Amino acid sequence: MISSSYFINVVRFTLLVLVQVLVFNRLNFFGFINPMVYILFLYWYPIKENRAVFIGLSFLLGFFIDFFSDTMAIHAASTVTIAYLRPAIMRFVFGVNYEFQSFRLGNATKAQQITFLALLIIVHHMVFFALEIFSLANILLILKKVLAIGLSTLVLCLLFSSLFSVRKE
Amino acid sequence: MQQIINFIVRNKNFLLYVLLLIISLAFTVQSHTYHQSRFFNSSNWITGNIYETTNGISSYFGLAKENKRLVEENKMLRNLLFNKKISTPVELDTTNIRYTIVSGKVIKNSYSDPRNYVTINRGEKDSVQPDMGVITAKGILGIVENVSNKFATVQSILNENSNINAKIKNTNHFGSLIWDTKQYNTVQLVDIPRLVPLTIGDTIVTGAMSSIFPENIPIGTIKKFNLDTSNSFYHIDVTLFNDMTNIKNVYIIDNINRPEILELESNTFSNDQ
Repeated sequence: MISSSYFINVVRFTLLVLVQVLVFNRLNFFGFINPMVYILFLYWYPIKENRAVFIGLSFLLGFFIDFFSDTMAIHAASTVTIAYLRPAIMRFVFGVNYEFQSFRLGNATKAQQITFLALLIIVHHMVFFALEIFSLANILLILKKVLAIGLSTLVLCLLFSSLFSVRKE
Repeated sequence: MQQIINFIVRNKNFLLYVLLLIISLAFTVQSHTYHQSRFFNSSNWITGNIYETTNGISSYFGLAKENKRLVEENKMLRNLLFNKKISTPVELDTTNIRYTIVSGKVIKNSYSDPRNYVTINRGEKDSVQPDMGVITAKGILGIVENVSNKFATVQSILNENSNINAKIKNTNHFGSLIWDTKQYNTVQLVDIPRLVPLTIGDTIVTGAMSSIFPENIPIGTIKKFNLDTSNSFYHIDVTLFNDMTNIKNVYIIDNINRPEILELESNTFSNDQ
C-alpha cells in the first residue's frame, strides 16, 4: 500500500511537470492565459502523510517548473506557500472532521472539493503574480491576471480531476 | 538549550517552510535586479534535451511555412546581391571580418511573462558565448544570457530587464529600447530628444553604440509617440517587425572586436578615476 502510493505520487509528479511545461506553458490563450495545472499535485496528495516531506516535495515541484520556464523561483515560492497553508485551508473547508482517520477527499461533497481547489489556486496565484510583477503600482494588473488565469486553472483542474478521479473505496 | 530544541521540533514545519520560502525569494529578488541565475535556467542538460526532443516532433507542423519564410529571405538577399554594382568578382576579405554568424533553432519561446527568455539549440560547443546578439530574418530577437554545452538562453527584447541601443533609420539620433511588459508586439524607445522630427511609420534600427549588434539591423516601425513627463524626450511605441509568437530559425552574431572594445572602454574608465 505504501509503496503503491509512493509510486503513484512519483508518476503524478513527473507527468504534471511535463504536461505543464510542454503543453500548458505554450497555450497562451488570449495572449497571456497559461493555466497552472500542476497545482493538482497538492490537491491529490494524501492527507495523512508527513508534512515536512509534503512541503519539500512541493518545493521541488515548483522548482522543476521554474527550471523549464526560466522564472527563477517564483513557482517554487508560491507552491511551497500553499503546501504549508494546505492544512489550514482544509480545516476551513471541511471542518474538523478532515482529521479523522476515515476522511477521504472523494467522500466530501462536490462543493467542498471545488472550494478547496479554488482556495489553493487563489492563494497560489496571488503569491505568484505578486512576485512576478513585483510592484504595488500594478495591483490591478495582478488582480486581472489572478482572476483570468485562476479561473482557467480551476476549470482545467476540475476537468482533470474528474477525468482521473480518486477511486472511492 | 532544551527549550530551543523543543521549539525547533515543535515548529519544524513552519521553519522548513520559511527556509524554503527565503531560498526561493532570494533567487527571485536577485533576478529582478540582475541577470538570470547562472545555473537555474532552461539551458541546462535536462531541460534542453526535453525541449529539443519535443521540438523535433512539433517542428514538422510548421515546416512548409518556415521553408517559405527562408525562401523569402534568400530572395531578398539575392536581390541585394544582384543589384549591387561590383566590378571585380566577389572575394571575401578574411583579414577584415568583423562579425561571424552561427545559425540556430528556437526550442522554447515565451512571450506572456514580464521577463521572457528564449532557449536555442546552440551552446558552447558551437562557440556561442554570453552577450552575443541574436536576430531572425526580420529583425532582432535578444541577447544570449546563459550558455551550456549544447544550449543557450536568450534574454528576449520582451523582457523588462532588456535595454538595447537603437536609433531612427538614416539619422544618428539614438535611444534605448525597453519593454513595458504590456503587449508582445510593441516595445518602447526612450531618450530620443524632443528636437528630432518624427513621423509615424519611421523605421527603427539598432544603433552603432552597441558592441553586441551590428548597426542597422531592423527592429520595427513607429506606432505612436508622445513626450515624457520631463517634456524633453520622446516616448515612442515601436511595432516589431518580428512576430514574437512564431520564431524558429535564428542567427547568433559574434562581434570579433568586442573583447578589444570592452578592454579599451574599461581602461579608459579606470584612467578617468
